[in-house]
Amino acid sequence: MKYRTFRIGGVHPAEHKLAKDAAIEQFPIPAKVAISMAQHLGAPATPVVEKGDKVKVGQVIGTPTGFVSGFVHSSVSGTVTAVEPRADLAGNMVLHVCIDVEGDEYADGIATSDRVERDIKGSPEELLEKIKKAGVVGMGGATFPTHIKLAPPKDKKAEYLIINAAECEPYVTADDRLMREHSHEIVLGARVMARVLGVEMVVIAVEENKPEAFDALCEATLRYVGIDVVKMKKKYPQGGEKQLIDAITRRRVPSGGLPIETGCVVQNVATAYAVYQAVQKDRPLVERVMTVTGECLPVQKNYLVRIGTPISAILDSVGGLPMESAKVISGGPMMGKAVSNLEATTQKGSSCLLVLTPEQTARTPETVCIRCGRCTQACPMGLEPWLMNRLGRIGDYAALEENKIYDCIECGCCQSTCPAHIPLLDIVRTSKAEVMKIIRSRAKK
Amino acid sequence: MAKLIVSPSPHFQNKTTTQVLMNDVLIALAPATLVSLLFYGWNALLLLLVCVATCVGCEYLIEKYLRGREIPCISATVVTGVLLALNLPPAAPWWVAFVGGLAAIGIAKMCFGGLGQNIFNPAIFGRVFLLVSFPVAMTNWVAPHSWLPIDAFSGATPLAQIQEGLHANPPIPVSQIIAENGLSGWQAFFGLAGGSAGEASALALIIGFVYLLVRRVIKPYIPVAILGTVAVLTTIFSLADPTKFTGPVFNLLSGGLLLGAIFMATDYVTSPMTNIGMIIYGVLIGLLTVLIRYFGSYPEGVSFAILIANATVPLLNKYCKPKRFAA
Repeated sequence: MKYRTFRIGGVHPAEHKLAKDAAIEQFPIPAKVAISMAQHLGAPATPVVEKGDKVKVGQVIGTPTGFVSGFVHSSVSGTVTAVEPRADLAGNMVLHVCIDVEGDEYADGIATSDRVERDIKGSPEELLEKIKKAGVVGMGGATFPTHIKLAPPKDKKAEYLIINAAECEPYVTADDRLMREHSHEIVLGARVMARVLGVEMVVIAVEENKPEAFDALCEATLRYVGIDVVKMKKKYPQGGEKQLIDAITRRRVPSGGLPIETGCVVQNVATAYAVYQAVQKDRPLVERVMTVTGECLPVQKNYLVRIGTPISAILDSVGGLPMESAKVISGGPMMGKAVSNLEATTQKGSSCLLVLTPEQTARTPETVCIRCGRCTQACPMGLEPWLMNRLGRIGDYAALEENKIYDCIECGCCQSTCPAHIPLLDIVRTSKAEVMKIIRSRAKK
Repeated sequence: MAKLIVSPSPHFQNKTTTQVLMNDVLIALAPATLVSLLFYGWNALLLLLVCVATCVGCEYLIEKYLRGREIPCISATVVTGVLLALNLPPAAPWWVAFVGGLAAIGIAKMCFGGLGQNIFNPAIFGRVFLLVSFPVAMTNWVAPHSWLPIDAFSGATPLAQIQEGLHANPPIPVSQIIAENGLSGWQAFFGLAGGSAGEASALALIIGFVYLLVRRVIKPYIPVAILGTVAVLTTIFSLADPTKFTGPVFNLLSGGLLLGAIFMATDYVTSPMTNIGMIIYGVLIGLLTVLIRYFGSYPEGVSFAILIANATVPLLNKYCKPKRFAA
């Protein structure tokens, strides 16, 4: 059987799925948490608690500010000690609600049993409201508020719901474990979203390197019609929204367009799980599975971590930061962000904590471009990174726009294949920001 | 606590560096080089050493004293030296190799800014420079070693013999020339034809080609487009007039076609970036080669064809864009 995959570019980085055999473990609730108000794409939430307030698990502590925004809940029970700006994982200063933990008391109405609730009750509108109120966001890393994606504009009709289970980043195994251990919940979450969208076709797309997850999902979908589990070839960046839609439906999201224009809505598996929790268990998004991995760590873990847990507490649990570590990455090695502050806390989009050694991650000086064309062959958007590098360095933004730099998805394929070690994506990223600025200022006129 | 590095993604680099790629090209050139040494002996070795030493020395001096840096990738320079040596007549005097090396690196490569910047393939440029400057020394062909227990032929290259015959008065039909001189394409396949050092054995070149493909150093498009074009055109011509035009097997296996198609035309720096660009480039080289061989005043046309096609690469890169994801 020929597995599906996207048609342009892509690379095959070594897998390094070191933690794939580590079952999900509950990470101990830390003594203090700090919950960011900016854990979703869009405007940060507005805090609704003050210093000294008592909170319970699942209680709302931040409400949406504007349309693209989301609810934030307390992940622990205890006393609010501060509502103040702190550096988050990316190093940005944003408002955090800091809580000293006392016990583990849940807010009223939250089901804490593990029993699988199969009956989906309620109208699409009611379900959508529940998802919104639970603060569910895209958990693959982009953290776009899920309720907005599930409510496409009236003139656009969704035909497919694609559940993104590619997990194409090396090292990350959080989704893999979740699928193996909670396949029924994921399938139910997908069914909830299908009902909200009113779509007939649900496709769960898994890469071939996760056979156990594939089998578990097949078993869980046996009893339902209109929900398919599809195996895909292993190729990065298959989990990119545009690439996944191309792989499954052969439709292409136009330049600058939204996925819904192809009739597709893509949601991550972890998001499907969160939707299940939100709708069937009335449990807001207060914890997520996070892989803690790296060759230099003595153990590899998949933890169920409360949101707001300090990175340092997680690293301490695996024996502390090894002496030889050079970089701590939130996310995978291809698109993750290097962490500058170990007191930063986990967020809804934190799928992985990866520790790399200098040998694995240090950049060597760039040599000259020999025009081998590997970057162009690897680019999944069909762009020419070598050319954008040249144009970017001389600041020729008009030519960059002509060469569609705005289509770049910043997947890093180009830079990771470059034999001359040219920081292609660094140049493209900064040039793209300039070009976008120019395009926006032109649109205003 | 250890200091943490904070830098943007991606967080690792390719282990296949430029140096590794160029070392692979050297490994792929090894069979053809060994065959040339085996067949042509000490003088071939002398030419090889002079070529490589001149190329490396010339680039080192220019980089060091005019630009104040080291050679960025020494293997790439060695590749040029080896290719130049394989493009020389095995009996050429050593100073020809020296002048060729200076022209290849000093003019074709360094005048344009060194590695990655040259428009023309340095080794091909060196060969053509020598061919027009020292035509006698560059067409002094010898037969492969007589100690070989095989019936090798001597004198001019097969292509030169054909051209000589056709230009005789009255012209001799191709089939007769081939019969009289005992020429056949299969001779060249195993290494029995006269010619440049690297043209001795098509088999050795093809082994190198397979290695380059397996290691994914090059894509097959350029060589396949060149060889395919030559095969198609020579078939048409030879069917139209078998007395004047040689056939496809003879053309594919003789002269520098395989050496050029596999190792010279695929040079990263001087070939196009996209698949469609590579195909157009290959077809152009094939077309020019056939036209020069059939109608030109030189018996061999691959070098000129590649040089001319090199000049079109910036245009091909400009107009042959990769297939964009978003229309």
